Amino acid sequence: MKIKLDILRRKNQNEQPYHQIIEYEIQDENTTLAAALTDINSRSDIKDMEGKPVGKIRWECSCMQKKCGACAMVINSVPRLACDTKLSEFQKKGKVTVEPLRKFPVIADLAVDRSILFENLKTLKMWFEEETTVNEQSIETSYEASRCLQCGCCLEVCPNFCADTVFKGMAAIVPASRLIASLPDVQKKEFFKTYRKNMYEGCGKSLACRNICPAGINIEKLLVNSNAAAVWKIPPLRKKRRT
Amino acid sequence: MDRINIIGAGLSGLSAALTLSYSGISCNLISLQPSERAQSVLAEGGINAALDTMGENDCIENHFNDTIHGGADMADPNAVDGLTRNAPAILYWLEHLGVPFNRKNGKIVLRNFGGQKKKRTAYAKSSTGKMMMTSLTDEARKYEAKGLITRYPHHEFIRLLLDNSGKNCLGVRVKDTYSGELIDFFGTVLLASGGINGVFPHMTTGTTQNSGDVTATVFSQGVRAGNLEMIQYHPTTYGISGKRCLLTEAARGEGGRLYVIRNGEPWYFMEEKYPELKNLMPRDVVSREIYFVRRSDDCENTVYLDMRELPEDTWKHKLSDLREEIIKYLSLDPKRDPIPIEPGIHYFMGGIDTDENHRTNIGNLYASGECTCQYHGANRLGGNSMLGAIYGGKKAAESILQSGEKESAAEPSFSVCEKDDSDEYAEEASAERIRQIREILLDGLGIVRNENEMQNALARLKRLAADNKLNKREQNRVCLARAMLMSALERKESRGAHYREDYPAKNDDYQKTTTASFENQNIVIRFRELPKRRSCNNENKT
Repeated sequence: MKIKLDILRRKNQNEQPYHQIIEYEIQDENTTLAAALTDINSRSDIKDMEGKPVGKIRWECSCMQKKCGACAMVINSVPRLACDTKLSEFQKKGKVTVEPLRKFPVIADLAVDRSILFENLKTLKMWFEEETTVNEQSIETSYEASRCLQCGCCLEVCPNFCADTVFKGMAAIVPASRLIASLPDVQKKEFFKTYRKNMYEGCGKSLACRNICPAGINIEKLLVNSNAAAVWKIPPLRKKRRT
Repeated sequence: MDRINIIGAGLSGLSAALTLSYSGISCNLISLQPSERAQSVLAEGGINAALDTMGENDCIENHFNDTIHGGADMADPNAVDGLTRNAPAILYWLEHLGVPFNRKNGKIVLRNFGGQKKKRTAYAKSSTGKMMMTSLTDEARKYEAKGLITRYPHHEFIRLLLDNSGKNCLGVRVKDTYSGELIDFFGTVLLASGGINGVFPHMTTGTTQNSGDVTATVFSQGVRAGNLEMIQYHPTTYGISGKRCLLTEAARGEGGRLYVIRNGEPWYFMEEKYPELKNLMPRDVVSREIYFVRRSDDCENTVYLDMRELPEDTWKHKLSDLREEIIKYLSLDPKRDPIPIEPGIHYFMGGIDTDENHRTNIGNLYASGECTCQYHGANRLGGNSMLGAIYGGKKAAESILQSGEKESAAEPSFSVCEKDDSDEYAEEASAERIRQIREILLDGLGIVRNENEMQNALARLKRLAADNKLNKREQNRVCLARAMLMSALERKESRGAHYREDYPAKNDDYQKTTTASFENQNIVIRFRELPKRRSCNNENKT
């Protein structure tokens, strides 16, 4: 079965983007977009629909099994991981549109510079100032928050985030939840202030990011927990003891 | 002391960067992608330390013995002594960085893992690597803000800068993959660049980032390699689009059982053949048994992992991610269905040869993590890879600290090459050549090997090497691949992951480290005696 990959290509930031269609023969129903891009790039003669030779497609990948977030891109208007996207999903239409994430500067083709994600975490002082230990009640929260891939998919759909806003988006709120769950006392005042200013206040609660996370992180639960601890100062619920 | 240049931002690179930072020494952390994309995030099952929280009277000496024996008596005993002795302190350090290890009554819970007679593997469900990487990345960020760690993500290693003698490292040349600029960083270099997965593209459980080019390049530049023939085939993997996926050993640690259909009935062959450790024999043994039963006339070709009897609590609290992955990729539910598995390439015990202080044969050049051949001998035990990476990074950084003056340079020392500069090492290897090398190596370096197949593979590589159209990286890959095959050919015995059907027995004449060097355009294989263990004392205790 053949499928048309309609890829938004761009040589570099200074050049105009253009759509290019490359036809691809799907090997089986489990073939992912990431495997297809790898396969196409391994050819010595990549050709577009008209049979015109074209250059390799620039994109980022690493784990190929949705554990690293490298291959995030916009696929049929939805931010997703290429390694988590089976091409057989698009079998009916016979075509899929593949574009780079739009909230980050494009390096070339589908590769974007997501440095802002990491710069934001540094600006927000996203670390423990002192040694800490996750208490047993917080293990689930800590585990869930630690799964964040920093892929940027949640920011892509966020109506309140762009690179220069004070609001740093869910890609900051999730890691913050890990810290808030085990924050040393000495750090609480300042970090909660940061949380309110750069995370809580800017969030319009659209929850557009709710079902976008490729890791399936329960964003809503983390947000509620962190808001409760950092904004409303409600201690975390403890399991009721049987009497 | 100048800034230290660390290549690789996975567990080992981060561990080294933090060790340097704690001593006030600054470093450049250079990696192709950010830490979040490193292969370390894929590690699942856990990390070993003789914490003895399960009431089994475990101790460091047990951990030492299991590691040495699991590695078929081929690892440096002094290095393993340091590794196992420091493991508990490393675990508590990680715990205090906020790693959400599974705990009960305040204590870290330990699980069974292959080749170990006691529960010794700490874990965070089945995403232990990701949990540890998140904590270490956060910790490193604190020192980034202080200027002690300067990250250079999206920077690719191109080659070492060596002095005229070729015996001292002056720095490293890297390429900014966003701008295309070549940059030279001067000063001591620590390679923490991971395993050489890329010599077997799409056939390993690793990432595409670990191309093997770093090891291939430095080998061609004169850095000695060791135990290159030792390639770990993990017993339980499955194929997905474009790669192999790991089915963690923790599944067997928690009660998963291997079987094959023999004469129409399930045969739990590991339990029958190895009544003591059963399904938890070391990985080399299990993979080999799977290989043989699949070829047995009275058995079907497929081996299954049966996890149907695992308790609900185990799926919920210990292996939740694993179940989700299997359902997603195989459309099978391990609570209900036996899972078909096959051995797949998972880890390279061999790599850059270092001493126990992680020094290579080149001055000012160190190496740690999976790119080295330090701790695992002929077969790595599950749960020792992350420990080896973290301890190795720490130990390498400590060696660097001991070697130099403790005065930190305030600014990075580097120079950007002229715009029109190019470097023959920077040209990528073609996909066709990479594929050819992979096919040849797979034919020669399978789970079961023999002289003929390896000689044939070597002859094909020699023909490939004679092609004068190969670019530098392709030449280097061929050179490394030849060294791997030559190492395997010279070891005329079976030991650990290296099983030869023409020499099926272990031969103690070969209880040595295999070394490979590229000298005067020739690959030279030698054997080096293993050191004796100094003594079982507390000198390394931290």
